[in-house]
Amino acid sequence: MSSGSTMGAPAADEAILALQNVSKFFGTVIALSDVTMRLRRGEVHCLLGDNGAGKSTLIKILSGVHRPSAGDYFVDGRAVRFDSPKNALDLGIATVYQDLALVPLLSAARNFFLGREPRKKWLGFVKVMDLDACARVACSELAEMGIGLRDPHQAVGTMSGGERQSLAIARAVHFGARVLILDEPTAALGVKQSAHVLRLIHRVREKGISVIFITHNVQHAYPIGDSFTLLDHGRSLGTFTKATITKDEVLDLMAGGAEMRHLTHALQGEPARGAPPELP
Amino acid sequence: MPGSTAEVRARAAAAQSAAGQQQIRAEPRALRESRLRRLLNRPEFASMSGTVLVFVIFGFAAGGSGMFNLDGIMNWSQVSAYLGLVAVGACLLMIAGEFDLSIGSMIGFAGMMVAIPTVYFHWPISLAILFAFAGSMALGGVNGYLVMRTRLPSFIVTLAFLFILRGLTLALSILFADRTIVSGLGDLAAQDWIARGLFQGVAFHGLFSWLGQAGLLRTLDDGQPLVPGVPKVLLWWFALAAAGAFVLAKTRFGNWIFAAGGDAVAANHVGVPVRRVKISLFVFSAFCACLYAVLQVCDIGSAAADRGLEKEFEAIIAAVIGGTLLTGGYGSVVGACLGALIFGVVQIGIGYTSVPSDWFRVFLGVMLLIAVLFNHYVRRRALQAA
Repeated sequence: MSSGSTMGAPAADEAILALQNVSKFFGTVIALSDVTMRLRRGEVHCLLGDNGAGKSTLIKILSGVHRPSAGDYFVDGRAVRFDSPKNALDLGIATVYQDLALVPLLSAARNFFLGREPRKKWLGFVKVMDLDACARVACSELAEMGIGLRDPHQAVGTMSGGERQSLAIARAVHFGARVLILDEPTAALGVKQSAHVLRLIHRVREKGISVIFITHNVQHAYPIGDSFTLLDHGRSLGTFTKATITKDEVLDLMAGGAEMRHLTHALQGEPARGAPPELP
Repeated sequence: MPGSTAEVRARAAAAQSAAGQQQIRAEPRALRESRLRRLLNRPEFASMSGTVLVFVIFGFAAGGSGMFNLDGIMNWSQVSAYLGLVAVGACLLMIAGEFDLSIGSMIGFAGMMVAIPTVYFHWPISLAILFAFAGSMALGGVNGYLVMRTRLPSFIVTLAFLFILRGLTLALSILFADRTIVSGLGDLAAQDWIARGLFQGVAFHGLFSWLGQAGLLRTLDDGQPLVPGVPKVLLWWFALAAAGAFVLAKTRFGNWIFAAGGDAVAANHVGVPVRRVKISLFVFSAFCACLYAVLQVCDIGSAAADRGLEKEFEAIIAAVIGGTLLTGGYGSVVGACLGALIFGVVQIGIGYTSVPSDWFRVFLGVMLLIAVLFNHYVRRRALQAA
């Protein structure tokens, strides 16, 4: 089915996830129109676009929150129809949303296993939560992500934004994610914390997990990404591998890239090529 | 001689404190601090210090008045126990992020559900008790279902039930019994071995009689001990508190309670059945209220339409004094029980002092205010990046 692809996309058996001509309508609003994308195994695939480009609709389709109005969704080359995010999760497609699904007042260890608590028998008959195991696993999984927890029983609210992001990602990885969808993981973070999250994405890729990294920040996406799909007003502008596109070209393709350059030139007092006529 | 004893004590204390210091020095500084922090950050911390404070104050103010004799202790601990029962339910529900303002009215209603079928329809009292538990818990379920279904604040929904249930209690008792106090249940309960065995009177009567005969307890003129035993409500309180504390701290369901109150959306995202957790806690809260009513009816021998008045507020106050956050997600059953203990000690203890008992409510209000301020300080600390 990938034979008809216009972008030199890999064969279906190489792609762990694939969307083929997917559209999504909300009433008369066209949120996504005819989007085709492929996620190759073990790659970091950046989904770029400005606000309102359709990024959130796309991840909601990928994670099983929405069903496409038209088009097909393939996992491991097989067409799927998800009724709920649970279906996607069962196939190893885990989404880390911006709110991270962490409870601030709860400890890191308890958050890590929230909803999937390991249990043991207490005195041989009462099932209790195995808090020691929670703490142990949370600590070691976070250490793997390069975070040294001071105390696994500290409230998540006391952790930094980067640490929380790491906790959410480590949790998804621990529970068997094959595909990790990260929704703007660096949006609320400072420079250092963002760098940490990018390193984290690299580490996840080294584990063989495929990553979809949603962002509007090309500075964050370009260094880590293997391929880039650009969205604009619900349409795909195409998928590009790193070898076929430069950072500036990505910026240009994103709505606003050219505008930013015009602005830069205007502020520096140089007339830019193709600049809009200046006001008299 | 006393001089030398004091000297020995002082030396022992000095040695002890030196050993303590050495131990502390051996620990890394950060660890020591984090332990202190952890103690300060425990939700029970305020109520523990409050309990100590209250006992010290009343130890001085009412130490010689008999408040701390066995009969005095039974006096205030029984008041604490009754409140403690409903405080456990209220506290768990509050940690899950909801309120139940219908607890007090539920106590009155459940009492009538025991009394009217027993006295006017001649049901066996144990059957009426079963009926009351089933009825109350069903009403609790309705409460919870409405809150979840309408997504209205539980404050409003259960406030409505506060009035509905109190009104129904009055109206139905007039309708069926033509009176608002139904009495004569004490003897009926005494004849029913389930009601007598589980809910009426005291436990360990034999032990207390034996202690009285052995001269270890004060006895009445007829040789019976002045305090016949441990009121069963105390045992119920301990059992309920232990079970509640265990579930909250150690089980998966406890984790879900914290998560549902801390951030219901996040909890939902990771698969916690938030609705089920909250509704079952509304049911549990109603169960606690019914247990209160059953114990009271069996013990006093009557039910009245105004029973349990303001208990919903007292239960919430106990929970808040115990460190439970009004916003949910944080709190402790042990703390709520200490809150109930403080409540009982102050309410009854004030009668043992020369202070007019009118001051009880003033004291309570001030205590509540301090507790709330302290809780929010603790919460800020708990969420502060260390």
